[in-house]
Amino acid sequence: MPLNFTVSPDFAPDHMSGWFYFNTWLQRNLGTDIHLELYDSFDAQREAIKAGQVDLIYANPYDASMLVREMGFKAVARPAGRKDEAVIVVPAQSSAEAVEDLQAGVRLATTDDPDVHTIGMIMLEPADLDASNISQKDYDTYILVAKALLRGEADVGFFLKQGFDELSDLIKNQMRVLVSSQISVVHHALLVGPQMQDRMAELKGLVTQMHNDEKGVGVLESMGIKEFEPMTMEQTEFMIDLIDTLTI
Amino acid sequence: MSEKDTGSVNEVLIKYYGGAERVAKIVDEEVPYPDGKLIVSRTDPQGIITHVNQAFVDMSAYTREELVGANHNILRHPDMPAVAFKGLWDTVENGEKWQGYVKNLRKDGKYYWVKATVIPNIRQGKLVGYTSVRRKPSRSKIRESEALYETLQ
Repeated sequence: MPLNFTVSPDFAPDHMSGWFYFNTWLQRNLGTDIHLELYDSFDAQREAIKAGQVDLIYANPYDASMLVREMGFKAVARPAGRKDEAVIVVPAQSSAEAVEDLQAGVRLATTDDPDVHTIGMIMLEPADLDASNISQKDYDTYILVAKALLRGEADVGFFLKQGFDELSDLIKNQMRVLVSSQISVVHHALLVGPQMQDRMAELKGLVTQMHNDEKGVGVLESMGIKEFEPMTMEQTEFMIDLIDTLTI
Repeated sequence: MSEKDTGSVNEVLIKYYGGAERVAKIVDEEVPYPDGKLIVSRTDPQGIITHVNQAFVDMSAYTREELVGANHNILRHPDMPAVAFKGLWDTVENGEKWQGYVKNLRKDGKYYWVKATVIPNIRQGKLVGYTSVRRKPSRSKIRESEALYETLQ
């Protein structure tokens, strides 16, 4: 039976092939069969996790809580210098100059990306806005969130900061960032499930050194990651504690 | 700065739970909460600060060295009623999350309002400390809290 690997569905589409290269690189270096399964949505991925169909995951920080505390996963590594930050964006012609200018009834365009949505909602709180007094529509991608704003179908949108930065200048110039999160300690993580934890030390050694390996560097580049750095149990627990405070 | 601020400077004796006290300079001037930031700290089970992030250092006006090892009540503003902190400690010592609006005192005597969430840190079933995360509150919640805390003093 091969081990099962999956990647948080919020990866940039340009990096999809990179995750397949990474899987090939891992199989070669670990000498074991690993099957990479990519899911279209967070819900579909969570169902697979709960059904025990995931042994290794590059997880969204929000899901890390459930994976570590309920499913017995352990952190191996995190992408160096890559934090998950969110931005709240309005159309360029919007009269809002600050979050506090947004009013009840505002139309929000967002995605099912749980950490971006959670951080975005926290940044709306200074305007006394919450799920009860806004009109929310979910879109599959950040491109579609941008389109909703540009077509006047939404007044405000949530983006992963990196997702917004990667939009073309033509699109970005028609929008304006109202507020940008600066949290610094929330990030994705590579986690291993109970069935794979006997290979954990080996895996940690491999991925945290892959930036020193000629082939490894190319694989990292194709995933948009500079290098993996080791992540301790306590660093993981701290991040989960912090995310827990944001969900109430 | 809040519209109500007078900028007045007073020296106030702050009495802490457990008998400790200090005279603090109190300046009636609000420092606005920075947009998009979270102020994060961790304490041991006794409330002694073990970790602060840069936003905490910046907003408190203390240095990191002054903060780590200090009691978390170093931030306590005399306008905050003792009963509010009793509610906090009763909740987190019971293993639950606490959330509320808090007026914090800076080293320079000015103040800032936060929406604070405190959670117990449980490792292998044992309490090892608390994490506190503050975010930007709305002006309406600050006004409500000011009115409530005045009645609890």
